[in-house]
Amino acid sequence: MDSAARSAGAVRAGRRRDAAAVGLPLGALALMLAAIFTIRPAAFSYFGITLLFKLAVPLIFASLAQMLVIMLGDIDLSNGAFVGLISCVTALYLRDAPARALLIDAAAIAAYAGFGLLIHLRALPSIIVTLGMSFLWLGTAILLLPAPGGVAPDWLVGFMAWRPPLLPLPIWLALAAAGAGHFVLTRSSYGAVLRGAGAHPRAIARAGWSLPALRAATYAGAGLMATLAGVTLTGLTTSGDPNIAPGYTLLGVGAVILGGGAFTGGVVSPVGTVVGALTLSLAGALLSFLAVPPTWQPGAQGAILFLVLAGRVLIAEVTP
Amino acid sequence: MPPPEEAPGAEFLAVRAARKTYGAVHALRGVDFAVRRGEIVGLVGHNGAGKSTLMNILAGTVQRSGGGFRIGAVEVGAWSPHQAQAHGLRCVFQELSLCANLSLAENTRILHRSLRGPGWRARAGALIGRVIEEIFPGLRLDPATRVADLPIGLRQMVEIARAFAVTDAPLGCVILDEPTSALGHEATGQLLSHLRRAAARGIGCILITHRLDEILAVCDRAVVMVDGAIVAERAVSGLTRGELVGLMGSIEAAREPAAGAAAGFPGAAMIDHPGRDGGDLAVRASAGEIVGFAGLDGHGQRERLRALLAAPRAAGPGGKALRMAYVAGDRAAEGAFSLWSIADNLTLCSLRALTRCGLIAPAAERDLARVWVGRLRVKAPSIDTPILDLSGGNQQKVLFARALASDAAIILLDDPMRGVDVGTKQEVYRMIRDEARQGRCFLWYTTEIEELGNCDRLYVFREGRAVSELAGAAITPARVLEASFGGRHG
Amino acid sequence: MSLGRLRLAVPPWSYGFLAALALWAATTLHSGAGSAGGVLASALAFAAFTVLVGTGQMLVIASGPGNIDLSVPTVLTLASYVAMSVMAGRNALLVPGVLAALLVGAAAGALNYAAIAALRLPPIIATLAWSFVFESFAFDIGGQTRLKPPALLSDFAAARWGGVQIVPLAVMLVTLLAAVMLRRTIYGRHLLATGQSERAARLAGIAVGRVRLAAYMLCGATGALAGVLLAGFTGGASLNMGRSYLLSSIAVVVLGGTSVSGGQANAVGIWGAALFFNLMTTMLNSFGFQAGARFLLTGALIILIVAIVPRRRAA
Repeated sequence: MDSAARSAGAVRAGRRRDAAAVGLPLGALALMLAAIFTIRPAAFSYFGITLLFKLAVPLIFASLAQMLVIMLGDIDLSNGAFVGLISCVTALYLRDAPARALLIDAAAIAAYAGFGLLIHLRALPSIIVTLGMSFLWLGTAILLLPAPGGVAPDWLVGFMAWRPPLLPLPIWLALAAAGAGHFVLTRSSYGAVLRGAGAHPRAIARAGWSLPALRAATYAGAGLMATLAGVTLTGLTTSGDPNIAPGYTLLGVGAVILGGGAFTGGVVSPVGTVVGALTLSLAGALLSFLAVPPTWQPGAQGAILFLVLAGRVLIAEVTP
Repeated sequence: MPPPEEAPGAEFLAVRAARKTYGAVHALRGVDFAVRRGEIVGLVGHNGAGKSTLMNILAGTVQRSGGGFRIGAVEVGAWSPHQAQAHGLRCVFQELSLCANLSLAENTRILHRSLRGPGWRARAGALIGRVIEEIFPGLRLDPATRVADLPIGLRQMVEIARAFAVTDAPLGCVILDEPTSALGHEATGQLLSHLRRAAARGIGCILITHRLDEILAVCDRAVVMVDGAIVAERAVSGLTRGELVGLMGSIEAAREPAAGAAAGFPGAAMIDHPGRDGGDLAVRASAGEIVGFAGLDGHGQRERLRALLAAPRAAGPGGKALRMAYVAGDRAAEGAFSLWSIADNLTLCSLRALTRCGLIAPAAERDLARVWVGRLRVKAPSIDTPILDLSGGNQQKVLFARALASDAAIILLDDPMRGVDVGTKQEVYRMIRDEARQGRCFLWYTTEIEELGNCDRLYVFREGRAVSELAGAAITPARVLEASFGGRHG
Repeated sequence: MSLGRLRLAVPPWSYGFLAALALWAATTLHSGAGSAGGVLASALAFAAFTVLVGTGQMLVIASGPGNIDLSVPTVLTLASYVAMSVMAGRNALLVPGVLAALLVGAAAGALNYAAIAALRLPPIIATLAWSFVFESFAFDIGGQTRLKPPALLSDFAAARWGGVQIVPLAVMLVTLLAAVMLRRTIYGRHLLATGQSERAARLAGIAVGRVRLAAYMLCGATGALAGVLLAGFTGGASLNMGRSYLLSSIAVVVLGGTSVSGGQANAVGIWGAALFFNLMTTMLNSFGFQAGARFLLTGALIILIVAIVPRRRAA
């Protein structure tokens, strides 16, 4: 048995798989951008790109939050409602009582970690607990802010409108998010433990790690990412709304899967997820540039999802 | 390498009067057990005898219900996997503890906390590579390989190597639970000689295995467990295999001559499955025959069984296609339906015959379950007992009963005796021969060479192909091994 | 299967019924005994639609871990639009309209499963993508307008038989059929076996793909039927009519005692959970709670109920 050759082959196959996971949505993204720039050459500018990707920023953070939960083998149906809650808190308090806003944000993140712990300790189905959580977040948000309103602080609105050198702000933020995620989850030694905890929790426990601590920390991380999504979203919309982002929940799941993630636990790619989120948020823009009638826009969005994912199957088929 | 006359070194760890209860079930009833530095202890016993529970208590993955625990000279109360690691106690569990989505280096990091900070990946990779080379010389694996991309045997080797790797805490003792069940002949030999080398360096070892020859070959002391208690403890030197089996409370039944075609059963042809190419024999089998699939583990036997299951069936008497049933050896993943009772599990493949006017008749279903539970002597309070409440051997009997109760003419056995105790094995062998005599056809993949004695004929597999066929008196362990390794390796 | 559960004095699936009973009592105490009948009747009427959608969702969820149908709301809407278009407000075309809706529902289920099987997509993604497509179809057929049902359908949806509403009774019959199917038919056993372990089911000779396909098609069909009845009940098909059934169909199935990890289903329990949700809304409304507090309590109760259900041993 030639174990060396077999192992080298396995390494190559693994690398190809990783490359395909990120390459595919990246290819789709490039294709869509090419189409948009062909139809509307004016969009190929600092300003045009900023406009195209502006709304992708909160979705990127929401998708990363979803990715952390999916990494544990769970799913988070409360992600969108949580973003709504944070948007209300931000618009209500961040300008006039920043300490209070931060305190509420911290409490909300702690609650997220607490529910993650509850799911683990009682071995509950995450899909149903997070469904319950979504009602909790929505209810709290409506109690705080019954109708859309409030004002985002000027510095936040200013930051989201900031025009940094070289690249537009959304691109910088996407790069930073992808880079930080890649470093923490894919490269660092603790990232290996976290991915292991998603795939084979018993093995991690047997090696002496505390699963409750790992899971609570991951859920807290997800809460933090969703908080960033809520804050950046409020910076763009300048006001709060409990029902602003219910769609983020499933769009986030889509971004994670597009980016090469799987529901089996432990298999996620932060870079892929960021690219997936960019792809999904660009799809809407592309469809309106292509003059797809509004009736067919959701359908075309579904078709794009299918096309990219079908590409993944094709690649899996070609690579041994 | 003969075992030393006397185990050297001080006591590494000891439990006294250790108990473990799960509700009303006593998994351990007061066990005294100790291992010394540099000593290899063989732990044997039937399934459900409490070996795994004892091991889990030592590893800290299960908390004992009572009794004392001493590491070195220090009494400890609560014991956790983390403490066990810190004291240099490592475990290789029967179901693997590697994360399939991680690379070898990353898996090494999981067990060794000091592998962190800049450059951890390279250090982890170098460490695991070094230990693999030490235990299994010549096996070269890239530490960036993902475990999911390795076959089961290599995964087992990696896990063993990971347990023997040393970072900050010195290694005191390694517990191995059935470490050789997935290893080939050569790797098993390499592992056993490594255990002796490690023992010479003062590293203790607890070896849990069903293969008694391994105990006799490598251990200093054999400990026998029955029903959650230690019933015998002997120095291995001078112990014979027969004595060891005798201690386990079951006799090694004398092999009865195979019955079937040899007994003059005519038998209609039931299977004729062509090979993939010239080097791959066609598999043929007739009614009343027991046909074995032999060879080293993972050389295509299971794949061939699955191909047979998927292939179009020959027509039986009356022109209807012959039915097949499959008995899986991997009970948890491929056999038992964990939420169901014995009855639900048992009748699943016979539902068509139990249906009246489109609805399953409950009375007929329960009768069928009762008959087969009785016939196979499944030890259970009732047919409504959840299947997971049974011991491994009894679960396997239920899965056998599922196949035998169906109207299947051909029954495929996928190494079904893995991890089953000796007593159950003998009962099931008898059942298989009886059923064959009544005209059923068995195709039987097994990794245990002794089991092949039950076959009328067998195909030996090598590198994914059925390379030779042995029948009747030609079925000897020597011939099987020769064919398994191919002429070149002798 | 059945006897094992009887060991528990109060089986988990009955929590919904008990909670519903408590809520009904509380509402009656608050609003006076005269309201008891009316409250229960309206809860039954609304719960019936959730139960119908939930029964299909239950079959899908029971067919194995990860299986779920997120396209139910848009299938419901699309089928309702198709039925109303075929009926065109004429009583004579009622039957063809219902048949067309069922056909659309079953076809949608088949498409869902085809995407899952052919593209090897997680069901949550495949059904989500299809739901976008179905939404476009519904949009294209009906647009923003409300399609009116024929008088006969409206009458049927509101009809009473000796004081008891017909629609909840009919849905109870569906529940009964589903329960019998799960326990006493080969398909039911095969579905639950598939849900527990796909590999073991395959090796036991079960056509796993066909079993799942049927589950998705049945789910589409019950969703479609709910769409037709709902159009009759609320006076027409509209684009948002299915929206609330996405999360509620999952919630009632799980709180009704069906395991999200598959292989175990409870048809009767869905009624308990659905009644519970409807009665809770009624109670909070009559107590004068705001919407926010209502959501908060709903969420807390969902989590509480799931958390106190006794856990089965890890398999």
